[in-house]
Amino acid sequence: MESFGSLTLTQRDQIMVEQQVFSILKTFYEMPPSSQSVMMELQREDHVEYLTKGLKHLGPNFCVLDANRPWICYWILHSIALMDEFLDPELEDNIIDFLSRCQDPDGGYGGGPGQMPHLATTYAAVNSLVTLGGDKALSSINREKLYTFLRRRKEPSGAFRMHDGGEIDVRACYTAISVASLLNILDDDLVQGLGDYILSCQTYEGGIAGEPGSEAHGGYTFCGLATMILINEVDRLDLSSLIDWVVFRQGVEGGFQGRTNKLVDGCYSFWQGGVFALLKRVHSTKVEQSVLLPGEEDSGAESLQTTTSSDEGEEDLNEDSSQAVSHFDRRHARVEPLFNSLALQQYIILCAQEPGGGLRDKPGKSRDHYHTCYCLSGLSVCQHSWSADEDSPPLPNAVLGPYSNLLEPINPLYNVVLDRYQEAHEFFTRS
Amino acid sequence: MDSDEGDREPLSRRAEWSDVIPLPQDDGPNPVVSIAYKEDFRETMDYFRAIYQADERSPRALCLTREAILANPGNYTVWHFRRLVLQALNADLYKELDFLQQIANSNAKNYQLWHHRRWVIERLGADARAKELELNKEILSRDTKNYHAWSHRQWVLQALGGWEDELDYCHCLLEQDVFNNSTWNQRYFVITRSPFLGGLKAMRESEVRYTVKAILAQPNNESPWRYLRGLYKDDIEALVDDPQVSSVCLKVMNTKSNYIFALIMLLDLLCNGFQPSQEFRDAVDALWTSDTHPLDSDLAKAICYILEHVDSLRAGYWMWRKSKLPQAA
Repeated sequence: MESFGSLTLTQRDQIMVEQQVFSILKTFYEMPPSSQSVMMELQREDHVEYLTKGLKHLGPNFCVLDANRPWICYWILHSIALMDEFLDPELEDNIIDFLSRCQDPDGGYGGGPGQMPHLATTYAAVNSLVTLGGDKALSSINREKLYTFLRRRKEPSGAFRMHDGGEIDVRACYTAISVASLLNILDDDLVQGLGDYILSCQTYEGGIAGEPGSEAHGGYTFCGLATMILINEVDRLDLSSLIDWVVFRQGVEGGFQGRTNKLVDGCYSFWQGGVFALLKRVHSTKVEQSVLLPGEEDSGAESLQTTTSSDEGEEDLNEDSSQAVSHFDRRHARVEPLFNSLALQQYIILCAQEPGGGLRDKPGKSRDHYHTCYCLSGLSVCQHSWSADEDSPPLPNAVLGPYSNLLEPINPLYNVVLDRYQEAHEFFTRS
Repeated sequence: MDSDEGDREPLSRRAEWSDVIPLPQDDGPNPVVSIAYKEDFRETMDYFRAIYQADERSPRALCLTREAILANPGNYTVWHFRRLVLQALNADLYKELDFLQQIANSNAKNYQLWHHRRWVIERLGADARAKELELNKEILSRDTKNYHAWSHRQWVLQALGGWEDELDYCHCLLEQDVFNNSTWNQRYFVITRSPFLGGLKAMRESEVRYTVKAILAQPNNESPWRYLRGLYKDDIEALVDDPQVSSVCLKVMNTKSNYIFALIMLLDLLCNGFQPSQEFRDAVDALWTSDTHPLDSDLAKAICYILEHVDSLRAGYWMWRKSKLPQAA
């Protein structure tokens, strides 16, 4: 009943973004099918070109990221790995060498050679090396020293500090635990009290904040949930409240917002979308298991028979459904995603891709390597969101656009490509 | 000491630096993610590296960290070293606040800046509180949802107090923009933690009235709905029993517009034992105009079904919610 002038700032900002997005979608839907097919393509070549250029040279404006160079490595390497592309072995060697120069003699990695070690840049460096893979990359990590660095960052509250004298928040907790878990150096001393701290960061909205009392936020929700899963305390969280919050972070644009009543941003395709990938690994929140009947695989039809599964006390149903699954080919086990995977894919492909390569926050914003990484990570999550396990490749109708849009699956706990995770897991388990 | 690039005198030409040998960055023979530093930047950082390695905590080191921070406010090593120098020199931390204020405008979302600010205020103590809360308001006035600013505000309140006016401040902001979720979050923070207000249970009734008013004014605003649920955190029976809650659902449903959150709240009530009167059933029925697909006799199932259609973006979620409903008696 109000006039346009009496809209609040939140409402005005939201309307502007909706108009931009809807105008793109309208243009798309009015195109002939042949043009539409092109619009729905992931512009792999352009993205790879943008990314590999950045791996070598960055302009002077990047001096604001001079303390984040391992991040730039990770954003680029992971994006390239998602697209199943490979790098020049020489370039790979140079990256391993560079990251070694960022490694502190007392453990951990800094933002550049000679900088203090920092948990976030340590996370980025380790993930970069895992993504590169191979003995040389993996053995370049000084695990013993890194462990001592993590211990030094541990706080009495159970949380972690980003660096000596640095800030304490849920991000620091996640980066520490992710690295410890990946390198197989996670122990009770690192874990103690951590669950309590993260629990205290779950807000009345259901999402998780950076610090106790702050607002529920997508980035911290991902970090908090992943950490709780890694330390095996996830059931302490109010998961139904968390799920209820995160499903409402997806908006009419198809993409996700970071907080209630804020604007869509492509990077939340991963931070929020990834929460659903994490939840698939949490037994108590298993969603409907849909089982394809024989003969249905070819038609590309979606779920047909459904059996509900795992609520506490409903063990009979569990037994029935697992019997039902084993009766059919297990390779086609599917689940229904709780979020709208196709709508998110549409946002990423039509609104987040920048012509000429790279991905972005939203139309009107510039591309950058961070958004490229997290939009693509989110896209991978979407495409694999119907798969109950990673042994089965997604059905064609799980992938918006041509099937060639399909990206490599990730391990959502660390956000590294699954194959690379597996290699690293084996390496750090035996050594 | 000007940060104007054109006026900057190279460090190599400044007399007070003549004894220092700048230390270049060790990027190795084949650099990657290599940044094309401008000469000024490179030089500043080369000198910083020299001072940092020598652990020189002197007045000139302090000046140098200022230059390095202005060149790249994200360099946490420089900020950390600056703190060491400030301590060693027993520097005037009020001046430090002025420095931070200077760079706050273009760096309002920088982690290091906010962390440094916290460190300074911690040392200044209660004397700095009032001004800090005022300055913080100014930053929030320019970006009403700045996550760092809100976290900092909460930290100041908890560490140094100043709670008395905070609820009024929240109200004021909500009058300007009732959709600002950060403000609602702050309100929750105040009513649960302010030593002057008696805690959540004591504040609950008045807050429910406040929230219901906000809901009725803008029923499509998600923030007050979540806030309302938050008022009954860990006390779900009281939520179910509060007639204000069920009544606002009914009111909004009866307007037949912007009723999605009302339906959802009713669903939550039903899942937690709410016994709906016929009014509620009728209100839900009135929202569904199809003859070909009649609604389930179980009200919760019916609501899930409606939501699959009117909130179709979340159809997958509503189907899951329906599957988790207890079987009807």
